[in-house]
Amino acid sequence: MLRRLDKKQPLNFKFSAKNLAWAKKQILNYPKGRKQSAVIPLLFRAQEQEGWVSKPAIEVVAKMLDMAPVRVFEVASFYFMFHLSPVGSAAHIQVCGTTPCMLRGSDGLIRQCKDKISKRPMEIAHDGKISWEEVECLGACSNAPLVQIGSDYYEDLDEESFAKIVTDLISGRKPVPGSQTKRFSSEPIENLTTLGTKVEEAQNASVELFIDSSIKEKGSKTKRSLVSKKDAPNA
Amino acid sequence: MTDNLRKVVIDNVEIDVDPAFTIMQACEKMNKEIPRFCYHERLSIAGNCRMCLVEVVGGPPKPMASCALQIKDLRPGPNGEPPIIKTNSPMVKKAREGVMEFLLINHPLDCPICDQGGECDLQDQALSYGVDFSRYREPKRAALDVNLGPLVETNMTRCISCTRCVRFITEVAGVPEMGQIGRGESSEITSYLGQTLTSELQGNIIDLCPVGALTSKPYAFSARPWELIKTNTIDVMDALGSNIRVDSKGKRIMRIIPRNHDGINEEWLSDKSRFMWDGLSRQRLDKPYIRNISGRLEETTWDLAFNAISDKCLPAAKILAISGDLVSAETLYAAKKLVNSLKGKTECRIGDSYLPPRDRAAYAGTAHIGGIDVAEQIFLIGTNPRLEAPVLNARIRRAWLRGAEIKLVGEPVSLTYEYQYLGPKLKDLSKLSSNFLKANQLKNTLIILGQGALLGEEGPDVLHAVKDFKEKTNSELLTLHVAASKVGAMDLDFVCDMGYHSSIKWSDVVLNLGVDDYEIPKGPFVIYQGSHGDRGAERADIILPGCAFTEESGTFVNTEGRPQMAFKACETVGDARENWAILRALSERLNVPFSFNSFDELRTQLFHDKPLLGAIDEVPTNAWKSSQKFSKKCLEKNLNTVFKDHYLTNAIARSSVLLAELSKNKNKVNSKKGLKVT
Repeated sequence: MLRRLDKKQPLNFKFSAKNLAWAKKQILNYPKGRKQSAVIPLLFRAQEQEGWVSKPAIEVVAKMLDMAPVRVFEVASFYFMFHLSPVGSAAHIQVCGTTPCMLRGSDGLIRQCKDKISKRPMEIAHDGKISWEEVECLGACSNAPLVQIGSDYYEDLDEESFAKIVTDLISGRKPVPGSQTKRFSSEPIENLTTLGTKVEEAQNASVELFIDSSIKEKGSKTKRSLVSKKDAPNA
Repeated sequence: MTDNLRKVVIDNVEIDVDPAFTIMQACEKMNKEIPRFCYHERLSIAGNCRMCLVEVVGGPPKPMASCALQIKDLRPGPNGEPPIIKTNSPMVKKAREGVMEFLLINHPLDCPICDQGGECDLQDQALSYGVDFSRYREPKRAALDVNLGPLVETNMTRCISCTRCVRFITEVAGVPEMGQIGRGESSEITSYLGQTLTSELQGNIIDLCPVGALTSKPYAFSARPWELIKTNTIDVMDALGSNIRVDSKGKRIMRIIPRNHDGINEEWLSDKSRFMWDGLSRQRLDKPYIRNISGRLEETTWDLAFNAISDKCLPAAKILAISGDLVSAETLYAAKKLVNSLKGKTECRIGDSYLPPRDRAAYAGTAHIGGIDVAEQIFLIGTNPRLEAPVLNARIRRAWLRGAEIKLVGEPVSLTYEYQYLGPKLKDLSKLSSNFLKANQLKNTLIILGQGALLGEEGPDVLHAVKDFKEKTNSELLTLHVAASKVGAMDLDFVCDMGYHSSIKWSDVVLNLGVDDYEIPKGPFVIYQGSHGDRGAERADIILPGCAFTEESGTFVNTEGRPQMAFKACETVGDARENWAILRALSERLNVPFSFNSFDELRTQLFHDKPLLGAIDEVPTNAWKSSQKFSKKCLEKNLNTVFKDHYLTNAIARSSVLLAELSKNKNKVNSKKGLKVT
């Protein structure tokens, strides 16, 4: 897929104070004279901050790392994880379309995206809130089909549960990631065969992390949409 | 190194090679030709074209890229036998055919309309490794062409992504403005955000491109390589004496490309030298002219022009011959002979830069250009090598990459490498502590002295101050000239004691051999002998049309003092004559005939008189004359650089439409950046 910088570019880019401090620390991870090794972490942090990688962001990163802008652009255009044009502000849905997911119905998810978001990938819909694209294997095939939103995986989807996630996102809610069929992780759906011990926790660590950070972020408001311990699998 | 050699077997022949060699180098030592696209010996190794695959027995059961695998990484056999490399086994042949098939999938079949046709690596190698059919049924890739400026034409669909251009622009030219964006099938070679290139060496990517993706814009669709007459000669656009090949068709020069000379230009050429050829057919002086009573120049015949000259060159007349930038040593030798027999004077130091007569170690320096490669420390004094000799600048950049320290005194110019700026004046050299100087005695130090430092009245003092510094630091000196004829003229002692300004005032008749950059004041009668109707011709009273450097043979001595021969590449225009022949005819008219009657006789005499010039392609060791006392005032002078405009430095360059455009673009870029126009 041919990727170029977006035609509409912001005038400038600046790392937030927190991110700048983080970036400077990242640079120190590498030996002297090898600053440019930090290009991927810095670009990714810039993307986390802005949602996408813009031309000013590329140039700021280039300057921080003493690189030619074209070298940074080479990296940004090489890795598909860097978005070179703006994506949805609330969510950018990355639907896995590789074979295992496809066999488990990822084309249904893509159909939902086309229906509910936009006909074509990378088009921002619903007041700039949401966009989607098809990506290659996300590496969680045992929970196929799945989508990635930000740093969270939404697994074991079908058209129905995925449609609900999309509706939630459009209306500003943050659906809980992880298995949408209440699996703990990638254990067999029916009976545990090898590792038979029951798990104590209500949800796996990454879901836990999401819940914790949501509580921190929004106080008690989001608690309603959270999975209660009772509903959790293996409880 | 010798006891460290490693045994390998290449195609059943056992040899000993340096373990640091790549397989490709080892094979080349055996005269085995390995096909390649991305590998270039003057660039870093990329290993991405996969054309140089060879079979390594005992290694992984797959073909290996020979350009990127070192001999020391090869495993010996089970009983310690030397590793075996096969360069033409069935496996190798099949692998290379596979690579070729992949390369040809998206490569358009447009050889008949491609300028690279006939000198295309892909075409040549497809002959040995290509198949005559395609198995590919899917849609093909096409890429948008990028606009790289007025020199380099792009056809990016032809690109095989070898990245030679990217590596050249980044590593050698030192202006990282090209890159490969995207990945896989959709990867593209492009300049950053489609900007045009700004390097003074960008023309070299045309030569480097193994296919027709980057071709020459000015040469586009004008000739095929096999119908060109190729003449190996010397470039005169700067004082480097780059080795070039002039390709001509009939009377016209179609293009100029570099030849390899490790001691001078390696295999690069600056854009000014490469693209000035349209200037050779414009603004040419093709007939003798004479200034009539009403003060206008009108056409005349050789006979009448000579009559007018002999009327002026009376025995009492004070005659001065001055030499321009593009004059061969033979012409100067003849001119000096002529003027001397008329008791006249000669002068070649037309710019204000001072050069010491008969002190070759100062005006030609003591260092070789190759000395840059071993220098640990380089002082640039009053020079901007990026503009004065871009190819030399690339060599300094390589020294910098290797770890040499670069220090600059003079104008703070923009170079393609970092340097320590000492200050604008020679005084700033004394900032360096005595400890530093002491430590420096042991270091391999090179001083590159620009002509800008020697400008003005303080010139001689500056020279001696620099010589003094050279002695103190025990370093080598490279005097960087900007005019191709300067060192040759100095070797011929084409100077007078008065210097240029006083000698012009002294003279009645000036024989101007192509001096265009400095106006001759009113007074003397001016005979202009040259090839182009430039500023010098406007001031002339008589114009004698001569050959340009591509139309006659001649010897040029480059900035390090290396004499080289330029050869006639094509016929001249109109009534123009070879410069030595004009002077020969003139000497006959003035009743002081030369003793030589042919160019060969002239050359024999010249080489007899000046054996230095006869030692072609050799850099003699120049005896050092120690520095004299200098006035301390010169230490306070701000050192300048000589060039106002890199692209318009001589009559040929000024006649070139293309160089005018380049100059305009450069000024535009500079003014956008808010830089001073230099």
